[in-house]
Amino acid sequence: MGRKNFLKRLFYLLFATVILSASMVYANGIKIEMTGTPAEGWEHLWRELMIDITVIGVVFAAVTIYLLITNRRKRPGDEGQGPKLSPLAAFGWVVIPIFVFMADDIYLAAESFELWGNYRNVPANALVINVEGYMWGWDVKYPEKIIITNELRVPAGRPIHIKLTSRDVVHSFFIPDFHVKWDAVKGRENYLWFYPKQVEAGEHVMTCTEFCGMLHSSMFGKVIVMPENEFNKWIEDNKPKGGNV
Amino acid sequence: MSVASQALTAQSKFSLKEWIFTTDHKRVAILYLIGSFAAFFVAGIMAMLMRTELATVGPTITSNPTNYNVWLYFHGAAMILGYQIPSLTGFFANYYVPLMIGAKDVAFPRLNALSVWLYWMGIVLALLTFVIPDPPDIMWTGYPPYSIITPGNTAFYTFTVLLIGFSSIAGGVNFLTTIIRMRAPGITWNKLNIFIWCTMAAFVMQVIFVPILGTAVTLLSFDKYLGTHFFDANAGGTPLIYENLFWFYSHPAVYVILLPGVGLIYEIVATFARNRVFNYKGVVYGGIWGTVLLSGVVWGHHIYVSAIPSWLALIITFTTLLISIPVGLLVIGIVGTLYKGSIEFKTPMLYAVGFMFLFLIGGLTGIPNAMSAIYIHIHGTQWITGHFHYVMAVSVTTAIIGGTYYVWPKMTGKMYNETLGKLGFWLFFIGVNITFSLTMWLGYKGWPRRYYDYSQFPQFQGTQQIITAGSYIIFLGALVTLITWIHSLIWGEKAPQNPWGSKSLEWTHAPTPPPPGNYPEPLKLSEDWHPYGYGK
Repeated sequence: MGRKNFLKRLFYLLFATVILSASMVYANGIKIEMTGTPAEGWEHLWRELMIDITVIGVVFAAVTIYLLITNRRKRPGDEGQGPKLSPLAAFGWVVIPIFVFMADDIYLAAESFELWGNYRNVPANALVINVEGYMWGWDVKYPEKIIITNELRVPAGRPIHIKLTSRDVVHSFFIPDFHVKWDAVKGRENYLWFYPKQVEAGEHVMTCTEFCGMLHSSMFGKVIVMPENEFNKWIEDNKPKGGNV
Repeated sequence: MSVASQALTAQSKFSLKEWIFTTDHKRVAILYLIGSFAAFFVAGIMAMLMRTELATVGPTITSNPTNYNVWLYFHGAAMILGYQIPSLTGFFANYYVPLMIGAKDVAFPRLNALSVWLYWMGIVLALLTFVIPDPPDIMWTGYPPYSIITPGNTAFYTFTVLLIGFSSIAGGVNFLTTIIRMRAPGITWNKLNIFIWCTMAAFVMQVIFVPILGTAVTLLSFDKYLGTHFFDANAGGTPLIYENLFWFYSHPAVYVILLPGVGLIYEIVATFARNRVFNYKGVVYGGIWGTVLLSGVVWGHHIYVSAIPSWLALIITFTTLLISIPVGLLVIGIVGTLYKGSIEFKTPMLYAVGFMFLFLIGGLTGIPNAMSAIYIHIHGTQWITGHFHYVMAVSVTTAIIGGTYYVWPKMTGKMYNETLGKLGFWLFFIGVNITFSLTMWLGYKGWPRRYYDYSQFPQFQGTQQIITAGSYIIFLGALVTLITWIHSLIWGEKAPQNPWGSKSLEWTHAPTPPPPGNYPEPLKLSEDWHPYGYGK
């Protein structure tokens, strides 16, 4: 089989796969889920990080325990016989750790930079919702002029772009399940975005994470992720009726 | 009768006036010790009240969230400004610096007395929290605009910080001069105790950074009481200035606390392993001064989600991760000092071992906080609370308690009961691990810090109760330690001059307890003398 022939067949195969899966998705009425969302990136990097620090921790702890056990004082008058390092060895014990730690630091910084970019670049097709923090609650404002308090209704399967403001002191808007948070500061418009998946339909906690006074811990509400058609219906039902206003 | 024994007799008659007006660095040290442990105790009670409140969803012991917020404010401010910094740069610096460098006293004894007076005034002002109507409820961070619009008396916060800050700056001038100018003949830079280096580094940072905090909290009270608008968004100011200024001091403050703690651990480990410090120059010039060098460029990791620009977040991520290098060198130095050592597990050494593990966990769990993208989820959660309690609060407290046990025979002339001392350690060590490992786990699960109530997270009530139980164990451990010390003062055996067999100057040359003037005879140190000159 010639190389050209092989590529041709591969192309047909891929084409067929795409058509087939697209039609299956259409037939079942489900959308293709977005991948590489901030939440997925966060969970992935967190796992990596936990492995990283566990390995370092276990190595250091094991060496420490070994040295503590093997170097106990045998006779009362004993003194330690720790090495007097040559200048080269002393230099090595500084430079080699610097390179080892710096390698890990650069690796982690690079991973963090990439994920940060993901967090800070909102997809173009995102649904914009305004959230305003105040002492002590969250006002959620939709483009259709609907305002509700302590309840953020969003459609599943679409990126959500939250524009954050504060009416008074500094608050911090946090949805633990989607690993997103940003401060709401008076006089500024901040933002964040997240992507609720179809399988995440249902209720999630949103809450304040910057101390804002007496009822700081009561400044919470629900994020309600709804199937898109139900969400659209909810918007229609709650829209202020034009002409009557 | 020799001069020394005359001085000792004079010292044994108690006179309150002599204590208040003392300029003897050892007495000033003890004044700091009493003040800082009093702050530790009261702030510890606040922690117990908060932990008890969190044992159930909804009100447990108070139905007024402001009470909880005041406890939390006092706990944070008093633990950091009233207990940790003064016990390290007040008590230990005063007691050890002149003794370890072979000096009679500090360079400016009367300035030293002024420092401790200012500190005590700060403590009294802080304690008024429990007397005045509308005490501050602004957390130790005092973020505006809340600290400006609150009915709580933010001025008490401002003046407490200013008094203790002045005390610190005066201490910095004094101790930097003392270390540079008053070392006994033969004590060259590379023969200084690691604790001396750490104290120097801490005071260099205090002198540079405290004025910035002073500025920030002063502007806060200007805004609140004099009608200025530095942090008022309506009038063109912004609260973000405060956040930057505050952390520009308060992250270096972590190293002001950590480094002297690490210094004490080095003294304890070298003495109880009877071993030279592993790679002394690497520890001093790489570990200690490397930390100082980086301390001014890491503040931004506290405010990643407070709208700092992305380019700054990226730079700060990198510089903050780099802190792992000097801190790694400090850890390698401690662990390396165990190698071929001759280790004896007396109470101070147990605390030093405890420090090694708590600091390892605390240090490594700091890495996620450095990474801006990971920080987004954990900012303002109990993960942060758990992390900084491991790395700063409890690991440095093991250094402080261990260091106090270490200096105890020299300072009081009495030995303490080993069994009681070790019991106190184990209770403390077990308690902190239960409490703060679960605290971090809750934060990872999304539980925010500074919460009086948690009706949005009822599923965590069981975990909260285990944490509360853990905190009671910590408190019990601290009580056992207090009892051990009181027991020692009353019934302790007389301490020999050098009970630990240390080679450091204060143990080998100074009488126990040292008289005013410290060394009865001029010091003559041989050419090959070294505070860690073991195993020759």
